[in-house]
Amino acid sequence: MCMKKTVSDFLLVENKQLNKDNFQLLLRSTHPFSDIFPGQFINVEIKEAKDIFLRRPFSILDVDYGLQTISLLVKILGRGSKKLTEAITGQTINAIFPLGKSFTLPDKSNRILLIGGGSGVAPMLFLAKRCGLDPSNVNVLIGARSALDHIDVTEYLDFGKYYFTTEDGTLGEKGYVTNHPIFSNQLSQFDKIYCCGPDLMMKVIGRKAIEMDIFCEVSLENMMACGFGVCLCCVEETKSGHKCVCTDGPVFNVKDLKW
Amino acid sequence: MVNLEIKIHELTFKNPVMTASGTCGFGEEINDFMNLSLLGGLVVKGTTLKPREGNAYPRMAETPSGMLNAVGLQNKGVDNFITNIYPRIKDLNTHIIVNVNGSTINDYVALTERLEELEKIPAIELNISCPNVKEGGMAFGISCTSAEAVVKAVRRVYSKTLIVKLSPNVTDITEIAKAIEGQGADSVSLINTLLGMAVNAETRKPVLSTITGGLSGPAIKPIALRMVWQVFNAVKIPVIGIGGIMNATDAIEFMIAGASAIQVGTALFIDPTIPLQIIDGIDSYMVRHKIQSVNEIIGSLQC
Repeated sequence: MCMKKTVSDFLLVENKQLNKDNFQLLLRSTHPFSDIFPGQFINVEIKEAKDIFLRRPFSILDVDYGLQTISLLVKILGRGSKKLTEAITGQTINAIFPLGKSFTLPDKSNRILLIGGGSGVAPMLFLAKRCGLDPSNVNVLIGARSALDHIDVTEYLDFGKYYFTTEDGTLGEKGYVTNHPIFSNQLSQFDKIYCCGPDLMMKVIGRKAIEMDIFCEVSLENMMACGFGVCLCCVEETKSGHKCVCTDGPVFNVKDLKW
Repeated sequence: MVNLEIKIHELTFKNPVMTASGTCGFGEEINDFMNLSLLGGLVVKGTTLKPREGNAYPRMAETPSGMLNAVGLQNKGVDNFITNIYPRIKDLNTHIIVNVNGSTINDYVALTERLEELEKIPAIELNISCPNVKEGGMAFGISCTSAEAVVKAVRRVYSKTLIVKLSPNVTDITEIAKAIEGQGADSVSLINTLLGMAVNAETRKPVLSTITGGLSGPAIKPIALRMVWQVFNAVKIPVIGIGGIMNATDAIEFMIAGASAIQVGTALFIDPTIPLQIIDGIDSYMVRHKIQSVNEIIGSLQC
């Protein structure tokens, strides 16, 4: 199941601006690859950028083994992500992949709720597509600041039912994902909750899941230097001590965290 | 065919390229990326007598041409190393060197005694230069008296190759190097990280949980190079050069300045295949310059 980690060159075949801060990058590998699972990430070199020394980790949004492509959702958060969104089609991009542990795939009979906030939507869409469940059992709740910050999920609509929230009420329910009725009133119908987004959002969701005794996995994004477990910088304090987000995670069961 | 073999004390290395402690785990973590047996040596993660959880997150800050870390020697202790890790890595065809840390001289001695028993560990690197621990670590490495005391105590119980890793956070690194040479160290490796700091201007808070941390990467290379050259001229024991080495040219510069071997550290975070690229690069440099043995490069600086 585990594909060997490699340092690889990719060709940037598409760089599409989705909205103000979000870009979708399509990278084509020179070598075939397989077995990449939702929740895993890729550590991308940011070339010819002043003051940027380390790679930048991104969740994988989608893969196509036939075309040998990997899609990334890149949200501008700082200098590194900004520079990457300025990359030009045809450029070579070096990356280390696949990294980290994936989400635990649901059982066939499960009803699941996927919650994505901000750029955390990427692994949720990948999971919706690859979880292998009947779409009627896959519920995807996505939150953003406003309608303009939401990315277009049209391509993914066949894989589940979608719910949206915005802080300004311009799309879906007004408020945070945790204010949406599917979270605040209907949580008990789900066997598994998967979540990726800001820490605060994941903490609220995680605590609620623990309280209601629902399986819940979250994907963390602590700052890291290497991405493959040698620098020990990205540690999260868990019930069994410091764990590396890059290799023990990024996906953790909330029960193992000190939330 | 060029000859890449070098010697540190009685130990022959197939080439002068090692991976630095704390940047390659126990080797297994980077096994996917390269054949570890091609390395001259592998210096495994800093080990202590008892397990250590290390410092709180955040432990890292990116800086111009480098990074700060404040890991604080997180490791599962020597028992775990001997029982679980050593059996898995002992048959690698490279020299496995354990980086030894302690809060007290007794810690260093007790840990060294445990490692002496391990047949496939031909050398230890005594770390008296970790800037990220509250007790011990760098405190031992910044005064001649304490550096001498710890090296003397460890030398008494360790008969194999004893390398001492030096701190650059001193007024005159040659004084420390001479002091530990006098106590029987077989080699010195330098430099460990430079004490640094990062501040978030928006929040007015330090970036690292420990406020200060160790600076590494190409940002420190000129300082490391200068210190290697100074120490090379001050002691007779072989010097292992460390500090911001990113490619073969960097490695060769360190060897010209006096390093018998080099360690690649932070560069591994960017590209874990760099050590092999460096070995190949040294090889082609030697072919290009018609150098038969890599030893001809060591200390060949022409002033």
